[in-house]
Amino acid sequence: MTYLTRDPIVVSTLIAEVAAPQCGGTCVFLGTVRDAPRDGGVTGIEYSAYEAMAVAEFDRLLAEARKRWPETRLAVRHRLGLVPTEEASIGIAAAAPHRTAAFEACRYVIEEVKKRLPIWKKELRADGTALWVDPAGRPAVVGPEGTP
Amino acid sequence: MATGTVQVRFFARYAELAGCETTAVAVAVPATVADVVRQVREAIPSAARFPERPLAAVNMRHVKLDAPVNDGDEVAFLPPVAGG
Repeated sequence: MTYLTRDPIVVSTLIAEVAAPQCGGTCVFLGTVRDAPRDGGVTGIEYSAYEAMAVAEFDRLLAEARKRWPETRLAVRHRLGLVPTEEASIGIAAAAPHRTAAFEACRYVIEEVKKRLPIWKKELRADGTALWVDPAGRPAVVGPEGTP
Repeated sequence: MATGTVQVRFFARYAELAGCETTAVAVAVPATVADVVRQVREAIPSAARFPERPLAAVNMRHVKLDAPVNDGDEVAFLPPVAGG
């Protein structure tokens, strides 16, 4: 399974991967890069990862989800490299016989990704500065040369 | 006491701070992740700017700082994760 990609995420591909005749509900989640006008404007986010561990962690969390919702089929892609504003950085599809499991499994995957995946993002600002994003608290702006 | 060599990897902001993505450190084994953190701080002056208790992984699994480290292990220093 290829979880990491440097290409745009194609939702129809994710849906096709989870489609099955026994599934009556499919939930798709997209995380997209958002602008932050009050912070000076964000033009994109540069994603980087500890790639081998990210793949291993995806394997583990998807196995957990499949154990918890055994009839659910899951597909996920996380983008690396530069993702412009409005484009998806992550796409998750969860298909299940009934909608409750599809919603719950999809939610589980994104929440665990947020907690565990060794992936980092650097916001690229309209003024040319760049900022490593710490979800727990916003760190100091670093300049284009990476100087803290 | 035996000495082991641990491969250390830095990512994202920590790689920028350290000025490198990998290094190798020698530790007295059995060691813990905290021992590796101390060694890295001594070996790389700019690593003093890492948090005192960074997130860490050993052989691609999240661990706490008291987790054991053995010869040949890969120890990664992980900035706060921001996937999704």
